[in-house]
Amino acid sequence: MIKVEGLSKNYGLVKAIDHISFEVEEHQNLILLGTSGCGKTTTLKMINRLVEPSSGRILINGIDITKEKPETLRRKIGYVLQNYGLFPHYTVAQNIGIVPQLLNWEKQKTKSRTLELLEKLHLPADILNAYPSELSGGQQQRIGLARALATNPPVLLMDEPFGALDNVTKANIHAEFLALDELKQKTIIMVTHDVQEAFELGDRICLMDKGEIVQDGSPSELLLKPVNDFVAGFLKEQQLLLEFKTTKILDLWSLLITSRQNNVEPIINAEIDLWTLIELIKKQKSEFVNIQNHKNGEVLGLGFEAIMQAFYQYIKSK
Amino acid sequence: MNEHQLNLWEFMIQQADKLAVQTLQHIGLTFIALILAVLIGLPLGIYITRKKQFSGAVLGIASVLQTIPSIALLGFLIPVLGIGPKPAIFALFLYALLPIIRNTFTGITGVDPSVIEAALATGMSKWQILFKVELPLAMPVIFAGIRTATVITVGVATLASYIAAGGLGEFIFGGISLNNTNMILAGAIPAALLAVIFDFLLSRLQKLNVAKINSITKVLPILLLLLASLYFAPSAYGSKLKAGFTPEFMGRQDGNLGLIEKYGLKINTVVINDAVMYKAEYENQLDVISGYSTDGRLAAFNLVILKDDKHIFPPYYAAPIIKEATLKKYPDLENTLNLLAGKINDSIMTRLNYLTDYLHQSPEQVAKDFLVANHLYKPSKGGHQSTIIIGSKIFGEQYILANMYALLIKGNTNYDVATKTGLGGTKICFEALNNNQIDFYPEYTGTGLLAILKPSVKTVVAVCVDKEVTYNYVNTEFKKKYDIKWLKPIGFNNAYALMMRKNQANSLHIKTISELSTYLNQK
Repeated sequence: MIKVEGLSKNYGLVKAIDHISFEVEEHQNLILLGTSGCGKTTTLKMINRLVEPSSGRILINGIDITKEKPETLRRKIGYVLQNYGLFPHYTVAQNIGIVPQLLNWEKQKTKSRTLELLEKLHLPADILNAYPSELSGGQQQRIGLARALATNPPVLLMDEPFGALDNVTKANIHAEFLALDELKQKTIIMVTHDVQEAFELGDRICLMDKGEIVQDGSPSELLLKPVNDFVAGFLKEQQLLLEFKTTKILDLWSLLITSRQNNVEPIINAEIDLWTLIELIKKQKSEFVNIQNHKNGEVLGLGFEAIMQAFYQYIKSK
Repeated sequence: MNEHQLNLWEFMIQQADKLAVQTLQHIGLTFIALILAVLIGLPLGIYITRKKQFSGAVLGIASVLQTIPSIALLGFLIPVLGIGPKPAIFALFLYALLPIIRNTFTGITGVDPSVIEAALATGMSKWQILFKVELPLAMPVIFAGIRTATVITVGVATLASYIAAGGLGEFIFGGISLNNTNMILAGAIPAALLAVIFDFLLSRLQKLNVAKINSITKVLPILLLLLASLYFAPSAYGSKLKAGFTPEFMGRQDGNLGLIEKYGLKINTVVINDAVMYKAEYENQLDVISGYSTDGRLAAFNLVILKDDKHIFPPYYAAPIIKEATLKKYPDLENTLNLLAGKINDSIMTRLNYLTDYLHQSPEQVAKDFLVANHLYKPSKGGHQSTIIIGSKIFGEQYILANMYALLIKGNTNYDVATKTGLGGTKICFEALNNNQIDFYPEYTGTGLLAILKPSVKTVVAVCVDKEVTYNYVNTEFKKKYDIKWLKPIGFNNAYALMMRKNQANSLHIKTISELSTYLNQK
């Protein structure tokens, strides 16, 4: 849906972005990951023309984005900033209603859409008339997201959207983010320097360094088949955690040794990743779970030990 | 003394009409200038946020304008804009410009860049960003600038009276030259109150919630226009000629009061500072002005004195005045100062004034040349025994006299000399002498009589018959009241005079004040 071809950006003699190309499919969530200064934010900003590239081109649905006026283009792309960028002199309602207003929506339509978004983002309706400075960081972040989603644009660009939040709030918002139906319908490009966040939220990750894409692949590809030492080194510190997060029970299916069935527990979908499963087991009394492979309908009763064994075997075989 | 000394309150009530007019003029002038400054300064401030390469130059020029002394600026403007409200408003506008441009620039560049980025990213055009985001967010800072500009303008607007644009300066400067404290306060207190009140009101507006700023932005222009409309140009009644008189002349019996009483002169009169009065006359902005009979600018600007055929301008002596205590302290001083006594007659003084006013020789040079020619000059003894401080009023003749005295003291005594020249008016000079800020200055017996002693009308009439009588009267009274002595008269007579441009007076066949009055009364 979004195609980036041979994109470069020079500031004087400095090559901020050096001839990069990638593609994002519809409804995919692509993460631009890297340390600060690697060019990920510049890349993002070129997609809604906040920054104009020195060379190369960007196509959305096959159409070159320079064919349109920047304002028209931007009104069709949601944008979420690290510091939220809420207008301090506007109320929450006015902030969310800004793009609808620019597109001359009817007031009633804007209002019902605003209320719908507040509900989806678990915000109380009585903050509509509050000013951004009266809200908590988490609330401001959600309003920023609501503003970007107001006109239901197909594409969403997010620049370190959770960067300013504390870890607890961040974890909650991540969970909400994944659960939000509305976002599942979006093509998203998100910039982050947070490896965990990238692995948690991304369908695909472009790991960038010095203006180039070092590796472009699914989270498990990056983790298990790093193209070079840079990628391995970048992920090393959180290796185990990431492996838990990227490995699904389904991946281990052939390696699993069945234990006894546990009749009481609900049956869990084998699409679940290992990390979430461990979290689940922690919360329940028994260390046994029932898991169903939806591809063939098979249900296995599994114990924690068995799962771990299968996991280590799986990692070794990679 | 007057029969009854008015207190400030009584004075203000008595002058309530004038006070109201001046206050309204003052407010009007301030806000006309302010509206212009906002109309020009705001867009200019916005422009330099877009073209940052010009910001240094624009702010620099505005800062330089701010530093030009107001009276000098008004002087520059007379040839271009004449006198009256136009140059006054233009000068005020220039002074108000800097805070408005600077705060607009600072306010807009100070808006959080992430908010601007968000605005861009939502697809706002640059005009939408300006009006929906930048201006509303910069508004408190811009307001602070307007507030500063208002206070500056209220203050500087007092100077509008220098060039016949009215305002509370008329009372302030009139009071200073007439030695009338009530009059000064009647102008100064309302002017200060206006500054405080406007500052307070604008500070209230500034503190309102950013969201409400939008509605203020709509109300404010109307409010400003309303206040600006209070101004109406000062004028008495229409007449064929226009007169410009100094504030001192306006309030003296041997001045405008006598003109009205004795000659029945009905002329459209404006109040103007004597520093710019001659220039305005020369530039055809005025037709008749008040001046001194010995003024060098008579020749310089090709003016003639109208004959005072009903004798309302009695001649007066000029002489240094000095405290008795000072004379005792510096025994050599009196004889030294009296060296000049009787040495300068009317024509000499006029010529000396002409040298400085027209040929632009320095007062130091003119003073030295005169002393040398009259064998009074001695080289400085370089004495340091103690320092005598000489004062002078702010016009050419007094500068020359002060320089002569300085050379005489240095040459004949072991005292050193410091000068405090350019003291702006009788009151300032006299108070400085009274409070030992200066040791002596040249004063005129008429001014001593009418501006300092201010006796009853009966006494004035009795004393003014002859210049010797006047001299003796002021000398006796000054000794009694202030312990101040009038030294021997320098020689020349100084009197008020009405002046016109030579060619205009000739073509209208006006030679005397009576003829002027008759001409004005013709239909």
